[in-house]
Amino acid sequence: MIKFKNVTKIYPPNSVVLEDISFEIKEGEFISIVGKSGAGKTTLIRIILGLEKATYGEVFFDGQNISAIDSDGLQKIRRRIGGIYQDYKLLPLKTVYENVSYIMAIEGKDNEEIKKEVPRILEVIGLGEKINNFPRELSGGEQQRLAVARAFVNHPDIIIADEPTGNLDPYNTYEVISLLEKINKAGKTVILSTHDREIINKLGKRVVTIENGKIIRDEEKGRFII
Amino acid sequence: MLTNFKRVLRFAFADFYRNKGISIAAIFVLVITTLLITGLFFMQGISDFIILQVKDKIDITAYFKSDTQEQDILIIKDEILKASPDIKNIEYVSQEDALNDFTEKHKGNTVFSKALIEVGNNPFLPSLNITTTGDTLQYENISNIIQQSRFSDFIEKVDFSQKKDTIEKIFSITKNISRFGLGLAIILILVAVLVVFNTLKLVVDKSKEEISTMRIVGASSWFVRAPFIFQGVIFGCISFVVCFLVTILLSYLLSSGLSVIMPGFSLSNYFASNLFAIILIQLGFGVIIGVVSSFIVVNKYLKV
Repeated sequence: MIKFKNVTKIYPPNSVVLEDISFEIKEGEFISIVGKSGAGKTTLIRIILGLEKATYGEVFFDGQNISAIDSDGLQKIRRRIGGIYQDYKLLPLKTVYENVSYIMAIEGKDNEEIKKEVPRILEVIGLGEKINNFPRELSGGEQQRLAVARAFVNHPDIIIADEPTGNLDPYNTYEVISLLEKINKAGKTVILSTHDREIINKLGKRVVTIENGKIIRDEEKGRFII
Repeated sequence: MLTNFKRVLRFAFADFYRNKGISIAAIFVLVITTLLITGLFFMQGISDFIILQVKDKIDITAYFKSDTQEQDILIIKDEILKASPDIKNIEYVSQEDALNDFTEKHKGNTVFSKALIEVGNNPFLPSLNITTTGDTLQYENISNIIQQSRFSDFIEKVDFSQKKDTIEKIFSITKNISRFGLGLAIILILVAVLVVFNTLKLVVDKSKEEISTMRIVGASSWFVRAPFIFQGVIFGCISFVVCFLVTILLSYLLSSGLSVIMPGFSLSNYFASNLFAIILIQLGFGVIIGVVSSFIVVNKYLKV
């Protein structure tokens, strides 16, 4: 589904963040990308999202070279990805309801479907009472759950979770990881970037370890070893 | 398509309302600059009126020999009119009219009254007072036509050469006033555009992170840009309503005062006769600059 082919990312003047990265993520896979802070995990995810371009090498999404794709094509790919980020990336001027419905509106879903689906998912995620609140009125855990609801609402093909539990307490961390596992069981691809040893060891899924911009380990049912 | 359009409108109104403070600030700046431009439009009207008044005072006079018959003068008048299409007004003043005008003008002045009595008969000559639509050159052309040999038996003198310097000075001053006005207007409009652009940039800048997030979650350029563009339209429309009401009020309040300073000029009449142009300026400036500024600023943040 996603293929990195000899990808190198250099930030000017000569800071090498990723070096000759090659690996493939298959459809329906749960893959964790681990490494210390600054190892290159976030850059790797930003390249998948088309927020950064590889200096050398190519990244393919369902056979399409992301670096060569036009703006419209890139937005279509992004719509197939549900993102959960450490800084939540919520829309601060939109309510809880609007943050989720916006994603459905982008997809061109009709109002009836939005009115039915958004309250349902917010209820499931425990934000049914806060439908008209703004993100600034939510706690960190609630904001992260809102980000999760937003990532799932369109049933995307891939969920990318970049340090999704960084700001969460153990209970909310467990909730988010459980949700990711459920999503994966439903056949969706999950890419999790984290430096939380406990989560990785508990998951027992494929682990790609990055150190100084290089893949040093890629194991099925891997463990967090740095 | 219609659903998306409605959504975009709803986003625009919601963002406008939720950013009340900055929205009001943007409208305030837009109102001030639109009023400045409207003021320039009125200043243009006032200066045009003053220039016209000054130009109307310019004329040349062809004096005829005292024995020239009125009939001959009227024939010459027609011939001058035919020969020069630039003539705005040509007025025949008989010897009697000239005398009456003089005595009326200097009524109570004993020196002039005594002088007239001493002269005995009417010392004034019949004349044609001519004004044109154009500049010094046109006055010179008319003067040349009058002084042609076929009229020489009747013409005593034409006062163009005496008035030439004054006419040239007046035209030069009015031309410079117009140029200065135009230059000042261009500078002020540019300043207004820059001020509004930067204010609207602040509005969009506040949503910089939001735009970036919208792009990351897959929103198309149109879906991100359109609410900001509609917000620009909202700013422009509200600013127009405020400016229009202020203009009506100011025209009404200042009209009587201005007509004392400039008899013949009515601000409220000028407002009424240029209503369409004023609406176009106020609505056009607000909406166009609102839309264009939003478009340009959002475009910068769309490159995500």
